[in-house]
Amino acid sequence: MSWEVVIGLEVHCQINTDTKAFCGCSTEFGAEPNTQTCPVCLGMPGQLPVLNTVAVDKTILTGLAINAHINLESKFDRKNYFYPDLPKGYQISQFAVPLVVGGYIDIPTKDGGEKRLGITRIHMEEDAGKSMHEGLDAVSHIDLNRSGVPLMEIVSEPDMRSADEAIAYLKQLHQLIRFLGVSGADMEKGQFRCDANISVRRPGEPFGTRTEMKNMNSFRFIKQAIEFEVLRQIEIIEDGGEVVQESRLWDSVKCESRSMRSKEEAHDYRYFPEPDLPPLRVSQQEVDAIKAGMPELPGQLRKRFETEYGLSSYDADVLTQTLESAAWYESLVAAHPADPKRCANWMANELLGRLNDAGKDLSESPVSAARLAELLNRIGDNTISGKAAKDVFDAMMESTDSVDAIIEAKGLKQVSDSGAIDAIILEVMAANPAQVEGYRGGKDKLMGFFVGQVMKASRGTANPGMVNQRLLELLKG
Amino acid sequence: MEIDVRKVAMLSRIRLTDDEAAELGPQLSSILGYVEQLGKVDTDGVPPTAHPHDAAMPLRANVVTNGNRREELQAPAPKTESGLYVVPKVIE
Ligand SMILES: [Zn+2]
Repeated sequence: MSWEVVIGLEVHCQINTDTKAFCGCSTEFGAEPNTQTCPVCLGMPGQLPVLNTVAVDKTILTGLAINAHINLESKFDRKNYFYPDLPKGYQISQFAVPLVVGGYIDIPTKDGGEKRLGITRIHMEEDAGKSMHEGLDAVSHIDLNRSGVPLMEIVSEPDMRSADEAIAYLKQLHQLIRFLGVSGADMEKGQFRCDANISVRRPGEPFGTRTEMKNMNSFRFIKQAIEFEVLRQIEIIEDGGEVVQESRLWDSVKCESRSMRSKEEAHDYRYFPEPDLPPLRVSQQEVDAIKAGMPELPGQLRKRFETEYGLSSYDADVLTQTLESAAWYESLVAAHPADPKRCANWMANELLGRLNDAGKDLSESPVSAARLAELLNRIGDNTISGKAAKDVFDAMMESTDSVDAIIEAKGLKQVSDSGAIDAIILEVMAANPAQVEGYRGGKDKLMGFFVGQVMKASRGTANPGMVNQRLLELLKG
Repeated sequence: MEIDVRKVAMLSRIRLTDDEAAELGPQLSSILGYVEQLGKVDTDGVPPTAHPHDAAMPLRANVVTNGNRREELQAPAPKTESGLYVVPKVIE
């Protein structure tokens, strides 16, 4: 009998504000330790938190993008636990009445359809500081620059049935959040962190006991961790044992998880209403205004690229991975409107490929959309062949010379003068009398040989269409 | 209402002697019992009160107003090193 896997995900996402959730300290990443703190985020007695308005707006925007309900009145609570990187001894969070409830994300399925995955809630909370243990003997070091940085926790329904579905959900959510501009969502900087609740059951039966997998900071590790945990649970049950409800920590070096028993007793968080914060009220007009300013979402953009520019779904997907790349493509098309597909091919294959090899981001591209369009225009007006254009493009990545100057300097200007092409063809024919005879004797396949020879002799500059046409003519004899 | 005073003390990181536990347990239980009377009130149709003042939350502009006050703020800390707080080892 088979097993069914049940997965729910909790994503902690750092909201990209300039200041912390409840004080005027900077959130800039990478500052000297403890230089971005104040009495509020250090938990000094008598300090009062005041919530950051942009953090609220960005959480609402995220809620609207997943078709959720926005609670016009929401509340804050204290989640109590002791840890040295939590100076107040509690985290301000939203427990009873979060800002955002409900919503969903659709992921593509293998059969070309879609599966809808429910989202339970998005609540606002503050981050803790950072503890460091490595290379230290009897002590730990604490940096509180991150203490009080605003987070939204996005909690899914237990709707995922495989590690692949979980990853598809996370990738979709990650992309959405970047599109909305509500978070840098840089996983390496801990701006997009995921915990997974995992259980297994026989199909049709109630949910099994779940474990919570923590500390997974890349899509690859999340997939590995879920797959490991599913096998571990099945093995326990098939051996007649019982899964224990607990938090487990993923060790990406050893590729295994281990129990975090130390955390268990601390699980009694004793939530109670935050007395320092009255209810958060937002008006329907404010929500509507945020909705009106919502950018085009990835799915909408993908579909528009397919219909408006005639792109394949693959190309549309590649070009809409980020808002920047979609904007880059559209400015390229604006400057080379004759052939949106050519724009897509060049951007997706040539540009992004080269940037990827160089470990660079689109924003660091040495070639602007306007400059690439100049090159594409030269293909369009038959000044150069597509093949020669790749040489020119290589040079453009290294130099700021104009496209025309590079074409000139490399001698790659396409020859479309029939007299010049005829001269080359006659030379090739004179050098290969046996093949000419063969062709004339009925070996049509030799045409390819002649095209190749002529292109080679012209160093790729001969207009291929004209070469074909003139060869047919001249080989007839 | 019975209360596990040892558990509450542990969660609050308060060390109790046996005598203190014996004294505080019944006291805490009786306080909770007193508050429990509120459970008898019929609150059907009464919206929950989130805060004694019926005020909406004021919000803060997203503008950095605090600079680096590390030296001053770390002065009361028992131990620091290279700008970091030093605490007894904690590890998962
Ligand atoms: Zn602060």
